[in-house]
Amino acid sequence: MIPTNVSLMRRILVAFIRNEVRKVGLERVVVGLSGGVDSSLSAMLAAEALGPDQVLGIMMPYRTSSAESLEHARLVVEKSGIRSATVEITAQIDAYFEVFPDADPKRRGNKMARERMTILYDHSARWDALVAGTSNKTELLLGYGTLHGDMASALNPLGDLYKTQVWALGEAVGVPEVVIDKKPSADLWEGQTDEAELGFSYREVDELLYLMVDQRYSRAELIAAGFTADFVDDIARRIMTSQFKRRLPVIAKVSHRTIDRDFRYSRDWGR
Amino acid sequence: MAQINPKLGDVAANMALYEAGVRDAASQDVDLAVFPELSLTGYFLRDMVPDVAVRLASPEMERLKALSREVSLVAGLVLESEDHRFYNAAVYFEGGEVRHIHRKVYLPTYGMFDEQRYFARGGRLRAFDTRHGRLVLLICEDLWHPSTVYLAALDGALTILCPSSSPLRGVTDGAEQDDNARYWELITRSYAETFGMFVVHSNRVGFEDGVGFWGGSGILDPFGHTVCKAGYYDEAFVAGEVSHEVARRKRTRAPLMRDEDVDLTIRELERIRRE
Repeated sequence: MIPTNVSLMRRILVAFIRNEVRKVGLERVVVGLSGGVDSSLSAMLAAEALGPDQVLGIMMPYRTSSAESLEHARLVVEKSGIRSATVEITAQIDAYFEVFPDADPKRRGNKMARERMTILYDHSARWDALVAGTSNKTELLLGYGTLHGDMASALNPLGDLYKTQVWALGEAVGVPEVVIDKKPSADLWEGQTDEAELGFSYREVDELLYLMVDQRYSRAELIAAGFTADFVDDIARRIMTSQFKRRLPVIAKVSHRTIDRDFRYSRDWGR
Repeated sequence: MAQINPKLGDVAANMALYEAGVRDAASQDVDLAVFPELSLTGYFLRDMVPDVAVRLASPEMERLKALSREVSLVAGLVLESEDHRFYNAAVYFEGGEVRHIHRKVYLPTYGMFDEQRYFARGGRLRAFDTRHGRLVLLICEDLWHPSTVYLAALDGALTILCPSSSPLRGVTDGAEQDDNARYWELITRSYAETFGMFVVHSNRVGFEDGVGFWGGSGILDPFGHTVCKAGYYDEAFVAGEVSHEVARRKRTRAPLMRDEDVDLTIRELERIRRE
């Protein structure tokens, strides 16, 4: 069973945000608000850590985004008292795909995610803030996110929390019930849901990931624990093939000191 | 215990924290201030190790000696030897002098840790005499090896000073703290009671690259009772009394160290090594 000790997780994550933001000499974060539980939780934790005035939630709808998403994001803004802004992305996305009209939904979705990333980073510069991430551990392990898109951030309070833990913590910090209860969706096209696209439920895969990654169960142990061999192999393969999304670009080694191979410094160097 | 949040790789900034800690200690009539492991430098130093290292003749050592004229202190720093080895060291300063140096013996190099990549391993473990009795210094992972505590007890130490940079990790349902804090609290209490010693644990707080340090510094007496205890995750300065009378009472009631058969241990250890 995945632990959902919400009071401890909350304490750690609030301290994390406060420490990591302030040590770079800043007080503020910007978060992209999708109306989903991950971004709602990230924003509410940031509000608790830094004060709601120091958090800017940006809604970035495309013309096909569901009205419900926007409504839910507004609910979170209201409930948490954070600042908010809406930046439409329809004009620039449509202008681009006029040139490439045959692009499939996946390309369109990735382009939108990257457009939103540039808006968040621009606002972080405009407002002296850091971009707070919203990718949870389940998505990161499965590679279910857009590289340099929604996966991009300066600090990510949720990256070591499975979706199951995000739901539990979301409830504890007061993410609106409708946001927690609805089916998770990237909202890249109408009717899209994560679980339909992935082919399994988050709760199901979280139990497997927890035993596989955190507890380091072997394949035989996982099957003995009740998971089918196909499911275990599919998830193991997804983790392996998405490893590139969790790393910096690969660099050809030429010198004696190559960045991140034998030039090794913490990100918080001097801070 | 100065439960501080050092800046990674900024010795000057951390020296200012030491100065403030010693001032706090002096103002509260505290005789000994214990700073956490690598708190003069920060913990996840990686390639910064040679840049933040001090030598016995460095001006930082002179500054720490000067601070110890007022209050005895334990500093956690990177010590460079004459032949350019870098040690994760704890240095005991008293009366303006270096009284003892402990170089960390057990350098964790697994999971999230990479110490043996950057540091040379210490090869000595000695108790030493001070104004505050006979002490031993054990740095963080050293304490996870019961042999170190056993040797210290046989060597006559009545108090373990343990500077650490212990990262929080592992969340369990129903627990108030992370798994690592739970384990530390279990072993420090067990050692204190088993060996009839005071355990003074000084742990840092703050975050480095997302890794938090849990704090919770404190003193346990030889009965395993809490003498004082800092909070978790936040900076703190806590002080408590290390009383020889308490150690005497405990060792009178349960004279385990008196009865310890050192020769038996040595004979069996030699046999184990032979076999």
